[in-house]
Amino acid sequence: MKNAFGEPQSLLLVGGASDIAMATAMRLVRRRVRRVILAGRPSPARDAAAARLAEAGATVETADFDAFRVEEHAKVIGDVFAEGDVDVALVACGLLGDADLDPLKAADVAMVNYVGAMTAAIVCADAMRRQTHGALVVFSSVSAGRPSGSDFLYASAKSGLDAFARGLTEALRGSGVHVMVVRPGFVRSRLTRGVTPPAIATSPETVAGAVLDGLRAKSEIVWVPGILGQLTRLPGSVVRRITG
Amino acid sequence: MANKTILTGWGRTSPSVAELLRPGAEAELTPLVLAPGGRGVIARGLGRSYGDPAQNAGGLVLDMTGLAAIGPVRDGYVTVEAGVSLHRLMRELVPEGWFPPVTPATRQVTVGGAVAADIHGRNHHADGSFGNHVTALDLLGADGVTRTLTPGDPDFWATVGGMGLTGVITKATIRLTPIETSRMIVNTWKCPDLESVMTRLTQADLAHRYTAAWVDCLSRQGRGVVEGADHARQGAARSFRARGFEAGPGFLPVGLLNRHTMGLVNRGLYATTKRESVQVRPLASFFHPLDRVGHWNRLYGPRGLVQYQFVVPMGAEQTLMKIVERIRRSHAASFQTVLKRFGPGSGGWLSFPTPGWSLSLDFPTTTKGLAWLLDRLDELVAEAGGRVYLAKDSRLRPELLPVMYPALAAFRERRRELDPRLVFQSDLARRLSL
Repeated sequence: MKNAFGEPQSLLLVGGASDIAMATAMRLVRRRVRRVILAGRPSPARDAAAARLAEAGATVETADFDAFRVEEHAKVIGDVFAEGDVDVALVACGLLGDADLDPLKAADVAMVNYVGAMTAAIVCADAMRRQTHGALVVFSSVSAGRPSGSDFLYASAKSGLDAFARGLTEALRGSGVHVMVVRPGFVRSRLTRGVTPPAIATSPETVAGAVLDGLRAKSEIVWVPGILGQLTRLPGSVVRRITG
Repeated sequence: MANKTILTGWGRTSPSVAELLRPGAEAELTPLVLAPGGRGVIARGLGRSYGDPAQNAGGLVLDMTGLAAIGPVRDGYVTVEAGVSLHRLMRELVPEGWFPPVTPATRQVTVGGAVAADIHGRNHHADGSFGNHVTALDLLGADGVTRTLTPGDPDFWATVGGMGLTGVITKATIRLTPIETSRMIVNTWKCPDLESVMTRLTQADLAHRYTAAWVDCLSRQGRGVVEGADHARQGAARSFRARGFEAGPGFLPVGLLNRHTMGLVNRGLYATTKRESVQVRPLASFFHPLDRVGHWNRLYGPRGLVQYQFVVPMGAEQTLMKIVERIRRSHAASFQTVLKRFGPGSGGWLSFPTPGWSLSLDFPTTTKGLAWLLDRLDELVAEAGGRVYLAKDSRLRPELLPVMYPALAAFRERRRELDPRLVFQSDLARRLSL
């Protein structure tokens, strides 16, 4: 349960421990989050993330979640909620595409960024509706609205997820569940290593700060950095040049 | 859910949605407890706990005020249903010469809530807490069976102070205090600093049945006013009249309660108090300052207020003074700061009162740096062997709870034996992993 200051105490990370998810989790653990569930594929990275969170004072559980195996999502995430209320769930399944148009690779990008993230979010939303409280944070991307040359596969999947999450926001209004869509610009992280950053690039730490602010303010859409929300009024070609 | 209702505690923080039902008879409770739905059930009285113990997000909440029968007084004992308020009890019994054994600063609490929070009043040093005066209580358990518990039964002490998590309290037999009049003889002393407040309060405890001190947390010295009172013995009529059930002062601007206005009010209160006086006052005016204005909690605006009450053992005076100093330096303004010395505890496993100094404060939730400040105060309290009050808490770090309440492990274990499916659930229980 959140406390009187609206501080969450339990956190579910769906999609494992991306840099953004970890930066957010570490900040929340430094405040009141005590129970963290890392739902992702078993990997040394997941183990390392669990160790870091435990060191910061959290009780860490892991759940074997694979974005591709949508038929398991209800069970894997359902089991997490059965163990206790989840105050915040971050859905951050991310896989970048590449420029060559391989249909199978494109399907993977759509599966992870859109289909898997969506089914996981639906399971979380349903459980939160039953507990009548909780915040569901869905990671979209600024590119969801402005697909560009290099990452339009990724952008198309995020665009689907973004539309879904905004619809979910409406569907859950009045249920006690807060849905928040986060649209970061280019983030310097492991995922984007080797890609030349554009004029406006941000960091996992900045995104984490914006997520915390958004949770506190119960925002529905969070742009990181905030200026990106204003840039959407400019012509697409200009925006692409600035945001990558 | 049928009757979705947003519920909060008196502090109006952390609202949550539940199905609220108001049973009219004990028989209606059993089926609800046996099949409460996936999110469990909790009993609720008049909602005067400040935090979240009478909320159950997504589950069922039982408004107990429909169970409000008062039995006849026999040899100073009365058996009442759990939904009876202390207000009604006083209205009915004061004219007959009886007073509730313990009353907090508001009459608007139910007997069920009084047992579940094991409430205390200004006579704690002399008479203990509410649980000390309960000779039997009926508890509807998760198995649908109602048991009558007496102080010889360990489950009695799991239930007294157990925040409703052992079952639904349906009835209680209470030992009443005989009174000759409905007046109080109130002695007042003005004290220029915290040390003299503490000394005077200690002295007052020896001479008077009811004592407490108001402390001006915004003043540099921690000055205050000590009151020591007793029931007046003869003369005045016993009728009990309570003024002020007007609806809330909703028209008052929210910003009215801030550090500066509170400082002014405090200064005024202190200045207009005589150095030493004796007055005869009506019961309500002495005991229930909070009831003078209905819904005073709305003064704090939509974000509500955070109550903070702790007790530190006798001998930890330095910790108490350090805490008052920290609050003053942080510029967090508490409108009603009350100091009280507790006597021995009742034996309730999660009962709050233990021998020592108790300070209660209330802050607007929006006070800058408040979350951080209270976390630091928790550490000082825990370090000194003290604890915070669950009926007022809304933000404690869960890991400090076992440090503050050594019987917590036993409580958790017994709760799970009595209620393996954890049918009795509240937001408080979830937040603090009770």
